[in-house]
Amino acid sequence: MKQDHSDLHTLAAAYALNALDPAERQAFGDHLPQCQACREEVAEFEATAARLADAAAQNPPPMMKQHVMAAVDGVRQLPPRVPGTTQPAGAGRALRRRAVPLALAASVVAAASFAGLAAWQNRQSEQFQERALQAERRLDDVSAVLAAPDARTAHGRAGNGALTTVVASERQNRAVFTAAGLPAPAAGMTYQLWLDHDGTMSPAGFIHRDGTVLLDGNTADAGAVGLTLEPAGGSPRPTTAPLLLMALPT
Amino acid sequence: MDTPPPAGRPRPPIPLVTAVTAAAAVTAAHAPAAGARPVNQPLPFGPGRTGRASHAGRSDLAEVMAEVAHGDKQAFSLLYDALAPLVFGIVIRVVRDRSQSEEVAQEVMIDLWRQAARYRSDAGSVTAWAATIAHRRAVDRVRSAQASADREQAQAAREHQTAFDEVSEQVETRLESEQVRRCMRGLTELQRQAVSLAYYRGLTYREVAEALRTPLPTIKTRMRDGLIRLRDCMGVTT
Ligand SMILES: [Zn+2]
Repeated sequence: MKQDHSDLHTLAAAYALNALDPAERQAFGDHLPQCQACREEVAEFEATAARLADAAAQNPPPMMKQHVMAAVDGVRQLPPRVPGTTQPAGAGRALRRRAVPLALAASVVAAASFAGLAAWQNRQSEQFQERALQAERRLDDVSAVLAAPDARTAHGRAGNGALTTVVASERQNRAVFTAAGLPAPAAGMTYQLWLDHDGTMSPAGFIHRDGTVLLDGNTADAGAVGLTLEPAGGSPRPTTAPLLLMALPT
Repeated sequence: MDTPPPAGRPRPPIPLVTAVTAAAAVTAAHAPAAGARPVNQPLPFGPGRTGRASHAGRSDLAEVMAEVAHGDKQAFSLLYDALAPLVFGIVIRVVRDRSQSEEVAQEVMIDLWRQAARYRSDAGSVTAWAATIAHRRAVDRVRSAQASADREQAQAAREHQTAFDEVSEQVETRLESEQVRRCMRGLTELQRQAVSLAYYRGLTYREVAEALRTPLPTIKTRMRDGLIRLRDCMGVTT
């Protein structure tokens, strides 16, 4: 059913309250860029709705902050949207590099865990650029899992006190693992992650410090995530008692 | 397969739970159903709620936001403290199930970090921006649960009726802001119910019309008039 124009102007309130059906929401969203009056009205109604939200404020569990702060290490920030233009892919990339170099560098260290910020100085190195691109792809993967509509979250606490979070997307067949308060491993040891497939543990990568990593391997058919301390370089099978074995969220 | 559990129902316990997960499950199980909370019971953790983002220096938060947009995690920590109660509060109002609400609120906070550079101060306050994102996510969660196969029409209707019954007294008694309570009382019954069911329960205006057994055009008008009246009563400017 086609909305006529005068009808659309009256939808700002329902839009700001998220009360429109998907089709109407779409139609009104298409209308907004062309209608200054509706844009102003939406802004006022959203500010009004924010007062309603504020009136309902209550403190979240304190643990949530640790999880969020640890998780954002692995989440790349989106570039600013340039109003009125559609960005060509290349330009978006350049913009993003300029906008968040520090965050990106920090995230790369956390998420892709190759050593040495110094490497960032070496802009000529093709090998480095390749690794940086790989790291970026991993960050995109982490962000994609966290933003997945079917993302499910579970929290745990490892035997060494670290707070852990697993976010899994069944549709993407991937999961990310976040740790906060992870003690530094003893010299020569490293934290290794595992996926439990019916009692068989398969290596799922490493986490070297607080932050977020994408688990290696298919997670859709895995039952749980494990964490052990292993000799540096990792092991094909766990050689120490698990610090953590937590069910993948379903 | 990947359909989330229906809103409002705690997830089944996980066999391999760790201490924290178990504690969270207990909390969720013992949390009173929305509406069962005694009238005027103070919400936990008094301070923090009073550091209300919308009243405390909009320009301050906008400055913090600019730093967050450049990847500053300390600034994000400030932003978190300012906005997390509002985000969690509105999410749990709409989603109702506590553990799901924690998930959604967490996703929202991460999303604020992701989208920081897309915030534009000329389009509204940081608080309004965050509230919009949070409410949208909460509504998405509730509606995807509603769309899942195990949710029957009758059940939905029953919930609407419950929502309808609960909303009036809840809106009056469980809101923290005296101004919002006062302005809500300034609405007609139908205006108030239309706004409340849409915003605090995440119903579409079609669902509001069904729940209130009122024709759709009437609901459209009342929702709009109600919001206009609230806007004017609160002296909202952008
Ligand atoms: Zn218009």
